[in-house]
Amino acid sequence: MRELALIVAVLAAFLCAPWLTDSGVVLNFLIMVLFATLLGQAWNILGGYGGQFSFGHAAFFGTGAYAMAVLQTVFAVNPWLALPLAILCGVLVALVIGVLSFRYGLRGSYFALVTLAFAEVLRILANTFDFTGAGVGLQLPLREAAGNMQFADKTGYLYLVLSFVAFGLMLSWWLRHSRYGAWLSAVRDNEASALALGIDALRVKLAAIMLSAALMAAAGAFYLQYFHYIDPHIAYGPAISIEALVGAIVGGLGSVFGPLLGALVLHLLGEATRNLMGDLPGISLVVYGVVLVLIVMFIPRGLSGLFGRRA
Amino acid sequence: MKPAILEARNLAISFGGLKAVADVSLTVAAGSLTALIGPNGAGKSTLFAMISGFLAPDAGTVHFDGRLLSGLPPYAICRLGLARTFQIVQPFAAQTVRENIAVGSHLHEPRRRQALALADAVAERLGLAGELDKPAGSLTTAGRKRLELARALATRPRLLLLDEVLAGLNPQEVAGMIPVIRGICDEGVTVLMIEHVMQAVMNLAEDIWVLANGCLIAHGGPQQVTRDGAVIEAYLGKGMAARLAALDEPDAPGAPGKSDGAAHD
Ligand SMILES: Nc1ncnc2c1ncn2[C@@H]1O[C@H](COP(=O)(O)OP(=O)(O)OP(=O)(O)O)[C@@H](O)[C@H]1O
Ligand SMILES: [Mg+2]
Repeated sequence: MRELALIVAVLAAFLCAPWLTDSGVVLNFLIMVLFATLLGQAWNILGGYGGQFSFGHAAFFGTGAYAMAVLQTVFAVNPWLALPLAILCGVLVALVIGVLSFRYGLRGSYFALVTLAFAEVLRILANTFDFTGAGVGLQLPLREAAGNMQFADKTGYLYLVLSFVAFGLMLSWWLRHSRYGAWLSAVRDNEASALALGIDALRVKLAAIMLSAALMAAAGAFYLQYFHYIDPHIAYGPAISIEALVGAIVGGLGSVFGPLLGALVLHLLGEATRNLMGDLPGISLVVYGVVLVLIVMFIPRGLSGLFGRRA
Repeated sequence: MKPAILEARNLAISFGGLKAVADVSLTVAAGSLTALIGPNGAGKSTLFAMISGFLAPDAGTVHFDGRLLSGLPPYAICRLGLARTFQIVQPFAAQTVRENIAVGSHLHEPRRRQALALADAVAERLGLAGELDKPAGSLTTAGRKRLELARALATRPRLLLLDEVLAGLNPQEVAGMIPVIRGICDEGVTVLMIEHVMQAVMNLAEDIWVLANGCLIAHGGPQQVTRDGAVIEAYLGKGMAARLAALDEPDAPGAPGKSDGAAHD
């Protein structure tokens, strides 16, 4: 129950942020931290709780973003209706990848490579087809209105991404306190034992990849609404997949608050290096790499491991 | 004789050129405590793997409670009430003992709190109550064997396949486990156990199947099996049955010598 109280407190703190500051820079920083948190939460479900390390979570992110864009620009669907549909599209992609890889018992580096390959295939497809804007990408026409999920100030976006993160926190908490979560951890820790104890490991893993993809697709949809633009490289490139997995690992695998801690620390470091060294391209990936190595070497349980068992 | 809860017919499997199990048919009577013994590499664990759905036999069938198990995945077989343990223990090492057992109790109990409470009760029965909050990876061999048994038991099976749950335990620990296993059986769970510790087999089993080189070579009660020439030869080598018989004439206890030969592991 302490965890639940902490979840509420964290959410309340973000909720109050717009009253404490109206600095666009600060709010933008918080939004990007929450956005990265969402990516980490998504990856943490499959990678942390489920033990299946994916290098291609961009497949779900990009599908969410593109579905959101195509539904609005091509089919003139209202974004609030497009959002659940975009999430559904991400989940369907996850089902396909999950069935193809888990059915054939892929795990470890094989699974990681297959997910990476799927994201690449989707990037190439997005680069090819006209309805996804090919290499140019898709631009979301500016129509600022809450009913159109485009907000005049940053507070609206902050609350939008915060609501996704809130859902992610509750989901993480539920995984720690439910039968499904126990099954997922069992499959992660020893699949043979899980099978011997009556657990349908394939279905458990499929559910995990689909839940994970739902959060990832929501992140993609949010990205589109916030930046009004998506192209194949942003949507399906490796940067998003890396941000998702680094945040989750740095924060602490299989922990409720890990992704938030990881995202916060990585973005603070990112800001610091940008101030020190200017906007060098690729510098954030270097920072991520260094932090990842340090964490894996010195605190393998991640930042949340510093605060007790699977905080 | 009581009706059979488990019936294996003509099971066979080979690995490459090696016939690990060749045409094995055995039955386990409902409510019984039955043992499966045999020298190292006889194919006992492989037989368990086929019964529990982890290996698909090349030939033969398994019926559990009259139901054909062929083609069913391991989790489905467990859900029918046939649970197994692994000879090489497979704990969820990073999880606590309580969490480990709760995975088993979740089979019939969706609620988390109740599943954890059931895990506590099972742990109590198996003498693991003091270890509930320890990570499974930190247990001793004896502790891990108990945990393996506890998890399987928590699924509330009707038939329990135990693969050498006494191996690696010291004589005192073995003596402690014997009443536990008997207690499980007394509560109506049928037990089929693979065991090298003869003291336990003689003490517990009412019915014994002997496997050697992938074939069943003997079947019967403890007294009957330990006097069986084929069994003695399987354990001690060719010609030993005759020499033993010549050595200690009519009814001298030949069993202890054999159990020593088999207790190594
Ligand atoms: N997956 C496998 N691949 C190849 N050979 C195997 C495999 N599993 C078992 N074997 C072989 O099959 C034979 C029977 O092995 P099994 O583990 O069933 O013996 P066992 O009777 O359980 O022996 P022990 O008392 O040592 O546990 C052995 O020769 C073993 O090497
Ligand atoms: Mg064996």
